[in-house]
Amino acid sequence: MGLLNLFFSPHRHSAAIAKERLKIVLAHERAGRHAPDFLPKLQRELIDVVCRYVEIREDMIRVNLGKSGETSLLEINIEFDGAKPMLAGLAGARTAAPPVKSG
Amino acid sequence: MAKVVVITSGKGGVGKTTTAAAFAAGLALRGHKTVVIDFDVGLRNLDLIMGCERRVVFDFINVINGDANLNQALIKDKRNDNLFIFPTSQTRDKDALRREGVDRVLEELKTQFDYIICDSPAGIEHGAITALYFADSAIIVTNPEVSSVRDSDRIIGILASRSRRAERNEPPVELNLLLTRYDPGRVAKGEMLTVEDVKEILSIPLLGVIPESESVLRASNTGTPVAFDSDSLAGRAYLDAVARFLGEQREMRFVKPERRNLFRVLFGKA
Repeated sequence: MGLLNLFFSPHRHSAAIAKERLKIVLAHERAGRHAPDFLPKLQRELIDVVCRYVEIREDMIRVNLGKSGETSLLEINIEFDGAKPMLAGLAGARTAAPPVKSG
Repeated sequence: MAKVVVITSGKGGVGKTTTAAAFAAGLALRGHKTVVIDFDVGLRNLDLIMGCERRVVFDFINVINGDANLNQALIKDKRNDNLFIFPTSQTRDKDALRREGVDRVLEELKTQFDYIICDSPAGIEHGAITALYFADSAIIVTNPEVSSVRDSDRIIGILASRSRRAERNEPPVELNLLLTRYDPGRVAKGEMLTVEDVKEILSIPLLGVIPESESVLRASNTGTPVAFDSDSLAGRAYLDAVARFLGEQREMRFVKPERRNLFRVLFGKA
C-alpha cells in the first residue's frame, strides 16, 4: 500500500494545480489593477439611469477602460436581450425613488 | 551614491526580517557600510533578530520627531564595524511614520551609508507603503506557496504605481525576487511550486533561493543574522544572493534535493 501510494498519491501534482490557479487569478487581478477608482461608481450610476427606462440586471452592463494605440477608450456594453421596457408611469416614479438594485 | 533597498512581500511570515538582517549582514561583510531600518512601527522585531534588543534607547520615531538625533538612535553591530541597526518604535500610533520625516531621515542616512535596507511590515497599509515609497531597489521575498506568490504580485504592482520613482516618472524601482523556505525534496515530489514556476508567474529577475533550513530558527534564537553563519545552507544562500545583488555571477545552489551521505546521516549536519 505504501509503495502504491508513492506512485498514485492524489497529492502528487498539487504544485501543478497551484500554478494553474495562480495564473488564472493573477491574470484577472492584473487586468483590473490599472482601472481608475471611479469605474465601479460609474457602472452603478449607469445602471440606475438605464433602469429608469428598461429593466436590466447589474450583470447586463459592463464598463471597461481600454487602450487603442495612444487613445484611451471607455467602453460601455449594455446587454438588451430579454430586457423589458419600463412602463411610462413607473419610469417617472423610479426617477424620484432611490435607485433599486436588481440581480 | 547610497542605495535604498526595501525588503517587502505583502504577506507576513515569509522571512522579510530574516532577509533584511541577513542581507544587511552580507553587504557589511562585503565591506559596504550598511544600515538596516525597521519600518514595522508597533511590532518591533528587527532588534531581536539582530541581537541588539537590550541596546535600544532611541528609535526611528524619536528621530523623526526630533527627540533624538540619528547617531543617538543608530546601534553599531558588535560583530561587524560596517553594520548598523536602526530600531523602530513600539508606539501604537501607526501614523507616527510621517512621509516628510522619513524622507529627511533617509536623506541624512544617505550621507553616511552605502546601503539603506528597509525592513517593511506585512500588508499594504501605511507602514508598508512608506517603506517602499523611497526605494531605489526592492527585494520581493516570496515563499513557493499560492498566497505568498499572489501577494508578491500585488506588491510588485504597488511598487510600479505608488513609489516615489513612479510618481516622479523616474526609472522604475529595480525589482528582484528572493524565494525563501524552498524545499527541494518537496519540489521533486511535485508538492511545491518550482523556482521556474514562481519566476515565470512573477516575471522578475531571481536574486536567490534560500532553502528551508534549521539554521534560520537557530539564528533567530541567538539573535545572529543567518548570513554570519557561513556553515549553514541558508547563510551561504544569502551570501550568494548578496553577491548577485552586487553584480556577480553565481550559480544557483540548493535548488536540487541533497543526496544524504553517510557523514550527514551520522553527524546530522544541516
